[in-house]
Amino acid sequence: MKNLRTSCKANLPAGIFSFALLLCWQLGAMKMNKAFILPSPTQILQKLWELREPLLTVHLPTTMLITGIGLVISLVLGLALAVVMDANDLVRKMLYPVVVVSQTIPTTAIAPLFVLWFGYSIWSKVLVTVLITFFPITITVYDGLRSSKTEMEELLQTYGARKRDIFMKIKVPCALPYFFSAIKMAVPISIIGAAIGEWLGAKSGLGYFSKRMMTQLDGAGVFAPIVLLSAVAILAVGIVSLLEKRFVRWRGES
Amino acid sequence: MLEFQSVSYQYSSEDFDIIDRLSFRVSPGSFHCIIGISGCGKSTIFRMTNGLLRQKAGEILVGGERIQGRKNYCGYMPQKDLLFPWRTVGGNVTLPLEIRGGLSKKELRKQGETALADVGLAGCFDKMPDELSGGMRQRAAFARTMLTGSDLLLLDEPFSALDFLTRISMQEWLLDQWQRHNKTILFITHDVEEALFLSSSVLVVEKTPIHELKEIPVPAAFPRDRSCLKTPEMVELKEHLIDLLRKQVTP
Repeated sequence: MKNLRTSCKANLPAGIFSFALLLCWQLGAMKMNKAFILPSPTQILQKLWELREPLLTVHLPTTMLITGIGLVISLVLGLALAVVMDANDLVRKMLYPVVVVSQTIPTTAIAPLFVLWFGYSIWSKVLVTVLITFFPITITVYDGLRSSKTEMEELLQTYGARKRDIFMKIKVPCALPYFFSAIKMAVPISIIGAAIGEWLGAKSGLGYFSKRMMTQLDGAGVFAPIVLLSAVAILAVGIVSLLEKRFVRWRGES
Repeated sequence: MLEFQSVSYQYSSEDFDIIDRLSFRVSPGSFHCIIGISGCGKSTIFRMTNGLLRQKAGEILVGGERIQGRKNYCGYMPQKDLLFPWRTVGGNVTLPLEIRGGLSKKELRKQGETALADVGLAGCFDKMPDELSGGMRQRAAFARTMLTGSDLLLLDEPFSALDFLTRISMQEWLLDQWQRHNKTILFITHDVEEALFLSSSVLVVEKTPIHELKEIPVPAAFPRDRSCLKTPEMVELKEHLIDLLRKQVTP
């Protein structure tokens, strides 16, 4: 209870600022009075309420499925890459530049190609998600594994530790805070990835819905699914932060 | 207990042997301090003894046997306490046992608690390292070194980061530990007074490359207290040692 109160207090300035911004937006939109270009926050909320059924039962689950699958694949891929790059110098020299270069590919530009390959199935969207999500996970976790101190490893060696001991007892704990940072980055990015994928070709999903509203010049309808996506991302990051507090009792130097 | 038989070592970045055919022996149950200026190679002697570095030539024997391929023949305590911040104090102290394996959680805890109580940290098993003061952390690190179960302890400047008052009380505490547990201790320091107070004899590194360690017996009996540092022989020896070391700093 006390924690709740202090966290409310800590977030008060941000809350007030956001409220002020929303107020400006509301007033500006009301003055402009062109809802198809700039809908007001209240119009968006109203739209969200009106569309709650298709949004929540059809489109949100589709997007979440893509996000979920993409995130899991990115995590497995990212962790695997980080571990092998840390374990083997040759592999690192081989993969690191390729991983970095993979990020220079303008994903949104080649995503239509994925639709060509995989059709309107979820896999074209999953590929977009993975392509932009695995990178921050790989690099962050790799840095985490590298952050372990040689002195600590040497100390364990004098106790007769094998490579596996050093990995489990030093590398993993060192990388854990980095791992949580990676997830906190990856969750919103994967949601964006899924939405972009849907924009470019889909039959359902929040990104697809937003695009459809665009063609109907329904400004509030474009925004409503986006508001929903942001809310989900905030919620997910919040949950990860809670898990992090539970599992990471230290950060950096003690 | 520990014997070097014309051991040499060369760092790949250097074109000479920093340890050059060094021979010396340390008898069981003794307390020796190795003193020398920083960078003279005294830590290299430790790192070869604990197996982190492999000598270029010569043999290192511990307890009469070659160290190659052996484990757990010595306990090494580095300068920093290196307590893992993500583990409890108890989890840190029992690391050597955990790596050796074969003990249940309950036994680990029992041995860890005994070792902590022995260094005056009873009840700290479940604390995190950052809850301990500098001196307490070093004592926890010492307990961890003790739990390697080795009779030979290599302590590499363990007190150099502590403040003066903590340091002298830790020195007294260490002497007490040594006398109670009957270990053989090799202790690196560049603090002459610390070396004199702690050791039965001082091993001086007179020059680099290290070809020999000059053994100088300390004229004071155990058990000691700090008043022994004031006797004329001790004062004279201290000045002599400081002179020896200073010659190397300013040639």
